[in-house]
Amino acid sequence: MHLMCGTIANPVDSGRAIVRVGAASMGQGFFLLFAAVSVITALTVVLARNPIHSALALMACFLQISAIFVLLGAPLLAVIQIFVYVGAIMVLFLFVIMMIDVREAVLQRFVPGGNLPALVLLGLLGIEMLALVLWSDRFSATEPVAVSSGDEVRQLGTTLFADYLLPFEVASVILLAALVGAIVLARRESG
Amino acid sequence: MELVVALGLIAFKVALLIAVLLLLPLPLTWMERKIAGHMQQRMGPMRVGWHGLLQPMADGIKLLTKEDHIPAEADRFLFKLAPILALAPPFVVFVAIPFGETVSVLGAEITLYVSNMNVALLFVFAVIGLEVYGVIFGGWAANSKYALLGSLRTCAQMISYEIPMGFAVIGVVILAQSMSLVDIVRAQADLWNIVYQPIGFFVFFVAGLAEAQRIPFDLAEAEGDLGAGFHTEYSGIRFAFFMVSEYVIMVLVSVLVVILFFGGWNGVLIPLPPLLWFLLKVAFFVYLFMWFRFTFPRYRYDQLMTIGWKVLLPLSLANIIITGIVFS
Repeated sequence: MHLMCGTIANPVDSGRAIVRVGAASMGQGFFLLFAAVSVITALTVVLARNPIHSALALMACFLQISAIFVLLGAPLLAVIQIFVYVGAIMVLFLFVIMMIDVREAVLQRFVPGGNLPALVLLGLLGIEMLALVLWSDRFSATEPVAVSSGDEVRQLGTTLFADYLLPFEVASVILLAALVGAIVLARRESG
Repeated sequence: MELVVALGLIAFKVALLIAVLLLLPLPLTWMERKIAGHMQQRMGPMRVGWHGLLQPMADGIKLLTKEDHIPAEADRFLFKLAPILALAPPFVVFVAIPFGETVSVLGAEITLYVSNMNVALLFVFAVIGLEVYGVIFGGWAANSKYALLGSLRTCAQMISYEIPMGFAVIGVVILAQSMSLVDIVRAQADLWNIVYQPIGFFVFFVAGLAEAQRIPFDLAEAEGDLGAGFHTEYSGIRFAFFMVSEYVIMVLVSVLVVILFFGGWNGVLIPLPPLLWFLLKVAFFVYLFMWFRFTFPRYRYDQLMTIGWKVLLPLSLANIIITGIVFS
């Protein structure tokens, strides 16, 4: 339970510190567990016939990824992963799936013409991904991520509002525009 | 060895929390029915045990032995999963809730929380947000019009009220300079946050009423127009799961109000043990929830949305700006 919940704010707390040391040896096992479940659920997303079941599997997959963030020493990211993806985006997905008949859309082919072009495309994408993973030096980095001092919220806030102020503001304005656009579209339709 | 002891301690705390939270609805349902009775000039349950004290037991046995009915056209897997999805998040949240600093047991200092996370407040909100899945899947899987309508209403309500609820606590975070719930309570040792954050408290409490699906915002179970909302088709133990989760959320919102705005385990005037102070305050807010239920009428759906988006949201934004200007 404790392992999934984040770092410890109070280093004086000796009992917890011991658990933290033990967590390093248990981390491997937990990583294998979370990784295996996330791969299985990700496969379920693609293979499930019912779109609602796919959505449920995707939600489970996001939860596993958030648990992996905790193992990597990034509880803030883990919580935001749950907050944004599981808590907000998946709810909207579900609304859409429930409101419109997705089964119709699922039956339509994404790639036109037979199985062969689809297989070729799949093979090409697979080769591309393998090549990227095998040859890129970005994926071979084994250095552990620097463990933060425990005040990630402050650090993230300072970084966002000092170093990346312009991109942050631009993203906010784009999101606001999307919001207003959605409301305008919805209004016109209802007359 | 010490690792084993530490792990054992955590396992014990988690088991204790789960046991207490699972049993808590028993006295709470009795209290609720008694309070309802006395407010309405009647006695409430009187038959089973002294003043109906054993009534929750009788109800529990009834629910456990009732036929577990699954509608023929239902999505059986999701129908069975939904009550568990509704029950789990409120229990998980309590991992991050502190009940006090430390107590000494047999010479060892034991902390009165499972985990003191530095992102505890975010964790609490993220996990409360998952509560919505039990509602969505429960309403959809039953394949019933009333259940689906109830679940869509409830989803819209929960998502709408999560926003002002989240904004309302930003003032508290500004004051405590931390998201750790333990630090937030420590910051209130001299003066409780309610003095600085009356608007924040108001918005948080009203949004909390809506999150807990309590009157005046219990549109999911608007029995007059929707049967019983998203759990219309549930019976027996699965229905009991939804009920337990509702009571645990009510306790959770009371606990959060106490921690964020009423000084947590910090007492005032009378020197009582900190844990007792904490529980007394929580009990008061649980009572307030019940008091509201039998005092206020239910809002209409459009009124509910108007209150959420046009009253609570601007109020919480104003609260952030005022707090930011005054305490920066």
